[in-house]
Amino acid sequence: MEVYLERENKKRNLKFTGTAKELLEKLGINEAAVLVIRDKELITLDEKIKEKDKIKVVSVVSGG
Amino acid sequence: MNCSKCLQKAVFSSPALCKNHFLAYFESKVKETIQKYKLLPNKKIKLVVACSGGKDSTVALYLLNKWGYKPTALAIDEGIKGYRPHTLLDLQKFCRENKIPLQIYSFQKEFGASLDKILKKLGGHPCYACGILRRYLLNQKSRSFDVIATGHNLDDESQSILMNLCNGNLALSANLGPKTGAFSHKKFTERIKPLYFCSEKEVMAYSLLKEFEVSYHECPYAYLSFRGKVRDGLNELELSEKNVNERLVKNFIGLLPAIRKKYSSAKEPQACRICGEAGRQEICRACQIVEQLVGNKTTVLKQQTSC
Repeated sequence: MEVYLERENKKRNLKFTGTAKELLEKLGINEAAVLVIRDKELITLDEKIKEKDKIKVVSVVSGG
Repeated sequence: MNCSKCLQKAVFSSPALCKNHFLAYFESKVKETIQKYKLLPNKKIKLVVACSGGKDSTVALYLLNKWGYKPTALAIDEGIKGYRPHTLLDLQKFCRENKIPLQIYSFQKEFGASLDKILKKLGGHPCYACGILRRYLLNQKSRSFDVIATGHNLDDESQSILMNLCNGNLALSANLGPKTGAFSHKKFTERIKPLYFCSEKEVMAYSLLKEFEVSYHECPYAYLSFRGKVRDGLNELELSEKNVNERLVKNFIGLLPAIRKKYSSAKEPQACRICGEAGRQEICRACQIVEQLVGNKTTVLKQQTSC
């Protein structure tokens, strides 16, 4: 699956199935500081993610 | 997870809400803050919104405009290469599309140098000079308005509370709260924070769901800031201590009247000897920076009187 980490402006390809929460844990990302988007839709952390999904992880921190 | 109010799929976890219910929840939270703290007593008030082109101030600007307060947007171009030009372009587009008047003032024009140049010449912490000069211009350029609204959110506020405590600067905390100011002064425009009880995550979700074309990037100097470290620490804490930011802010509001009482008798602001703006010292901190920058008091006087 493809994960785009917006804050780092990096794409990562990895083998993963599980929930969005588990994905963040695998990536070592604090769930309190991000939102997860699948195919342009915001999803909650209990959502199951499939191998073919395109995921974007957006940091809620922005500005100065 | 389904929406707690209908059978639709939730887009937000806490509270669990679908898109439509989240948008309604967010807007009613902002409306309640405005009403409860009497931030905007009527729609005749002359309102300016301090904007950066980022999500928080754009959300505040959008809602205040939507609710008929006829805001003007006011932006400060500090001169941060690779960052501010993009956010200002987003802001210009947003204001054009929503028919909102926009005023932009720059450090370069007002102080003779961009923030990047100031830091190159003076060194020091970026947020120090930036914060002082930005607040100075926002205050000065908003003088023809009754109120200035900012996009500060719940997370910003809890960070400020902790930072002031850590720095032993409780007097600064007297100026926090949904409506700032332990005292009023003719040279200080009253500041309000309509997003005061909205978490940064909620503001981001609202902005994404409304598909605002705003920059979600961070200021390149932010990683150096104490605020950034406090923010990261609070976000770590949030994992085990739910709603830690909300708890901090709500408990702080309970203490705020006592803090304001303690500091309301503090020394009245005085007119800066150079620019005439209100400050705590004989020469305000903005003029002190400009003085260091040009290294010549006469030039400073000339520059400041032309503002």
